[in-house]
Amino acid sequence: MLRCRDVTELTTEFLERRLPPARRMAFRLHVAMCRHCRAYLAQIRTVIRSLRSLPASVVAPEVHERLMTGFRKWREASGPSPA
Amino acid sequence: MLGAVPRVTEKMRDISHRGSAVAGGDSALVRRLLEGDEGAFGRLVEAYQGRLVSLARAYVADSGTAEEVVQETWLAVLEGLARFEGRSTLKTWIFRILANRAKTRAVREKRSIPFSALEGAPDEPAVDPSRFGRSGAWVDPPRPWVEQTPENLILNREVLSRIEEALDRLPEGQKAVVLLRDVEGLGAEETCNILEISETNQRVLLHRGRSKIRRALEEYLARKG
Repeated sequence: MLRCRDVTELTTEFLERRLPPARRMAFRLHVAMCRHCRAYLAQIRTVIRSLRSLPASVVAPEVHERLMTGFRKWREASGPSPA
Repeated sequence: MLGAVPRVTEKMRDISHRGSAVAGGDSALVRRLLEGDEGAFGRLVEAYQGRLVSLARAYVADSGTAEEVVQETWLAVLEGLARFEGRSTLKTWIFRILANRAKTRAVREKRSIPFSALEGAPDEPAVDPSRFGRSGAWVDPPRPWVEQTPENLILNREVLSRIEEALDRLPEGQKAVVLLRDVEGLGAEETCNILEISETNQRVLLHRGRSKIRRALEEYLARKG
């Protein structure tokens, strides 16, 4: 029988489908019966989805401009070539 | 109910995130870049610059050096573009170039590569052990984040900025893995290839990183009441 503490250590292996079948079944059984672990797993899933929706950070204008200058130099040096 | 949410397979990820920077997919984007389309390059920079600097920071001493490595990376991307074969996504390819450049730089600076060995304490629990009783069952269980539905949390800028902060505070290896896996949505295998770490190492770093971010968010939401 898995303990709550084990569940918190196995969440990633569970979500990554890395648990052997018997272990996976034990994990699912535990979570089905334990609302605290269900809450925990839901929180981890929320974290993952939130990370996925983090916006890209704003690029400083001078950095952006320097890179665009690099791009123009590259373009002049290579000449527009058909893909 | 459990497991009812289908896991996003590697293939689905690839498809769903391909061309996320610019609509139309990688091959159209590469063609536009080769034709000298400034707007396409600008959008690519806006999409990845910050993440590339974060990843470079895992390898080099300071953010100035990291910015240099990223600038070199963009030039290398442009130089190599005509040879890009689409065997990986453009995103993965760019991150791989970055990791290689940053590693070379780290070696030159005689810094150790941070992911060769597992960092942190050998036993770094996901949850503070004091929250479990001797039987291993919760005595201080997590409070469901119900009043804030997942959708609300994700749309909440304050929450997202807390998550960003927690991500920034992670040890470098954990940050690199969480960045590639969860923020950028790359697969486990791609992440292992880019960082040159084992599958197990990758999974442990991901686990520890996610666990810490959950803890940070839990503390923030508890403080907020």
